[in-house]
Amino acid sequence: MIAETGLAALWLAAMLAGLQLLLAWSAVAQGNDDARRLIRPVAIAQGVLTGLAMALLILLFIRSDMSVYLVAANSHSAKPFIYKFAGAWGNHEGSMLLWVAVMSVAGAAVALFERELDRRTHIATLGAQAAISLGFYAFLLFASNPFKRLDPPAVDGQGLNPLLQDPGLAFHPPTLYLGYVGLSVAFSFAVGALLTRAVDARFARAIRPWVLAAWIMLTIGITAGSYWAYYELGWGGWWFWDPVENASLMPWLAATALLHSATVLATRDALRAWTIMLSVIAFAMSMIGTFLVRSGILTSVHAFAVDPTRGSFILALLGIYIGGALALFALRVHTVNEGARFDAVSREAMLVVNNLLLCVILGLVFVGTLYPLLTEMMGVRVSVGPPYFNAIIGPLAIALMAALIFGPLLRWRRDETGAVLRRAAPALIAVVLALGAVIAFAPRPVGWLTAFGFAAAAGVAVASIAPLWKRNLRRTPLFTYGMVLAHLGCAVSLAGMASESAFSQERLAAARPGDRFEIAGTTVAFDSVMPIAGPNWTAMQATLTVSRNGHVIGVAKPQARFFTDPPTPTTESVQMTRWNGQLYLVLGDALEDGRWQLRIWWKPFVTLIWFGGGLIAFGGALALVGRVRRGRKQGRAAATMAEPGAAIPAGATA
Amino acid sequence: MKRSLILWIPLVGYLIFLGIASLGLNRDQQTTIQSRMIGKPVPGIELPAASSSNPALSTKEMADGKPRLLNVFASWCVPCAAEAPVLAQLAREGVRIDGVAIRDARADVDAFLARHGDPFQRIGLDARSTLQFYLGSSGVPETFVVDGKGVIRYQHIGAIGPQDVDTILAKLREAEI
Amino acid sequence: MRRALPFLLLAVALAAPIHAQTALPPAPYADRQLDDPALEAKATALMHTIRCLTCQSQSIADSNASMASDMRSEIRERIARGEDPEAIRAWLIERYGDWISYKPTAEPILWPLWGAPVLLLGVGGALAFRRIRKHRKGSA
Repeated sequence: MIAETGLAALWLAAMLAGLQLLLAWSAVAQGNDDARRLIRPVAIAQGVLTGLAMALLILLFIRSDMSVYLVAANSHSAKPFIYKFAGAWGNHEGSMLLWVAVMSVAGAAVALFERELDRRTHIATLGAQAAISLGFYAFLLFASNPFKRLDPPAVDGQGLNPLLQDPGLAFHPPTLYLGYVGLSVAFSFAVGALLTRAVDARFARAIRPWVLAAWIMLTIGITAGSYWAYYELGWGGWWFWDPVENASLMPWLAATALLHSATVLATRDALRAWTIMLSVIAFAMSMIGTFLVRSGILTSVHAFAVDPTRGSFILALLGIYIGGALALFALRVHTVNEGARFDAVSREAMLVVNNLLLCVILGLVFVGTLYPLLTEMMGVRVSVGPPYFNAIIGPLAIALMAALIFGPLLRWRRDETGAVLRRAAPALIAVVLALGAVIAFAPRPVGWLTAFGFAAAAGVAVASIAPLWKRNLRRTPLFTYGMVLAHLGCAVSLAGMASESAFSQERLAAARPGDRFEIAGTTVAFDSVMPIAGPNWTAMQATLTVSRNGHVIGVAKPQARFFTDPPTPTTESVQMTRWNGQLYLVLGDALEDGRWQLRIWWKPFVTLIWFGGGLIAFGGALALVGRVRRGRKQGRAAATMAEPGAAIPAGATA
Repeated sequence: MKRSLILWIPLVGYLIFLGIASLGLNRDQQTTIQSRMIGKPVPGIELPAASSSNPALSTKEMADGKPRLLNVFASWCVPCAAEAPVLAQLAREGVRIDGVAIRDARADVDAFLARHGDPFQRIGLDARSTLQFYLGSSGVPETFVVDGKGVIRYQHIGAIGPQDVDTILAKLREAEI
Repeated sequence: MRRALPFLLLAVALAAPIHAQTALPPAPYADRQLDDPALEAKATALMHTIRCLTCQSQSIADSNASMASDMRSEIRERIARGEDPEAIRAWLIERYGDWISYKPTAEPILWPLWGAPVLLLGVGGALAFRRIRKHRKGSA
């Protein structure tokens, strides 16, 4: 009964989405007052129903109901509780249901909490959200029904690949989904605003919390995914420019650009058309990412739930929604006037530089990712990999960091070049000092890109806290702290990247128990290697004692593991984290005459890469809380005023 | 007018992307890497004997006037065992087959031949995939058709199934001319 | 998207290529560094840009596949003999095509790839620049 209830809830929700679209049309196009009143309860009911469907699917997984096809194919009664729970979305159908559920719950939230927009635009937005949802309901109900029954029921499930049972993995996909769905809300706002020709600062203030929330989730997702690849693969790399990695990076780049352009629009009422365009691009990138991963169109080692027919479905949705939005853009955007004017030396101008660089990077990641597909159709197979991306994206990223040094120090509207340089002086001095230090003291020659990476990191670190200078720290708004932390996170992460690429040390050894190795002032003693067994694997486990200046600082036990079902060898590397870096230890193959392959890396300050990512996300979270609070306050103030949506004083926003 | 045309550019660009994506989605995805050495002479490499019963292989001696197959295999490779009966059938029909055992040991190759038959004239032991790299081969099993002048004429990737026999024979006949 | 699941599958794909692995120990320089750090650095840099043949999307420097380790050994030995990294790349491309090099070559078909940054920066920069100047004129 649970499965049938879930399916019925989904159908009902889909019908409500259809109704919501009709009501929105009736309200916006014909000014129907009944429709206007009905639409919010409908949106909320739809959110409740899909939320229920998702909860029921999770319940089926927890109860290991083997009469449901999806459970039988992806779960096992003996699986730990947490993986039964997370198993609900660890497959194509479940993950699509999660997508739809998050989307309609977000739609309900828009219906409930949105106060910024005028009612007409609000309703048009809800209509757009319903239209997008309808496509995904169709995908779910016609092409990937998660509640399909299995008759007769399976005795037990086929289990989940043991490798997929990882706590990080369990909660990684929902994180990214929240990001994608947040961008879908921004997209709906953009379509709604285009429809009612209400592209203004209020629109920007309405989308900003959604974009911020989405961006935080994407930041967390990418940071976690990168760390995961780093420890799971056992080769010390943390970013490979694989198509699937790029697919997750592209929406983030677009969201980052959107975040900044929305700030310009909210504060200065400029960049109207551009912000609309970015809202469309950001959601397009989310869907294109989904498409690239699910369709298997590109060769990727990360291929997940690959199925060309699903690919066709997603491609059709992409054509309808993004194509439709772009057509609407072309038809309507000339009615949007360009907005306030600004000078070449102003914060707006620097944010335009930020947007330009982010979009060029986005374009190049997009082109580089898809180029092999294009040449393959012309009969030539090529690879575009790290050498291309690093060489092209690296300098652009450093230019972006240079813009980041100046951006927050510039005033809105107009500024004096001399004054800006004076304000940026400490940061510029930091740049010069860091560059000099790297050239003078680096233990080995450093490439110019890495050297500039260090310099930019130092400059951004100093510049990022400059907005707090000479300010009453207790009266500084929360979102300013958020911005400061997020920018500081960029510097921290960049420093980690530069340090990892410039100063990593590698030691490959064919070792016998009893051997000792020196790496970066640390001694690694290979004590023993022993077979051990786990629940569904066997392994050879090395015991390595790590010491420094004669003091033991830790014992590492890397494994060469072999999972029995399905037969899969894996490498269980060990990372020993010190304040100044990580020692990365891997046990490789057995060699002749009782020796073992050991791979040891010393990666100075590598953890800063992910720590910086975390800082960026945390800064985003502070900004989000700050914005929502401020929005509430202003909402209350506006309610008492005759004219809602009065412009915020220009200096007040960061 | 001009400005309004510019506004359509994003949509046009996007439609081009959709076109490429849908073509790409419906294409036959190649997963194998074709060797670029077809039409070029077999690189001259001398390999030691891989088994107790077959002589060593020097690819320099392949230009002896008659076409032959050069089969890249390994005793540890499952599809290689699957194609063994087909190779045996080809050998019975008079096709000359030389083998290259990749990353193998003599005892293992002996056991493999004892179990699956020995269609090979010479078998070279390529302990570190060297000849494989020279050939532009990317896995096992693969089979090259080499003509009488020692020039590679055709590459078959994967196990030769009964359905591939005609193609292989035709390529061998072509190589005779 | 969905990097998470893919990443684990990546681990599987890397660790267990469809082709069975040989029991033979790895080639001598598969995981042994060259004594000369300068030569080793050259070899490592090259290995990170050569695509593994048996895995789907990894460089030979990041792969456990036996063919990748043989190729690492081949590259280290060639570098030790004094060969130029780019000559080794060319040698591999001659056999496997451009596909094997992660670094796009100078083939005409790849020119647009190198032109793209210039084009995007140029067009984007021109659009942004024109806007600012126009505004200034308007406000002056």
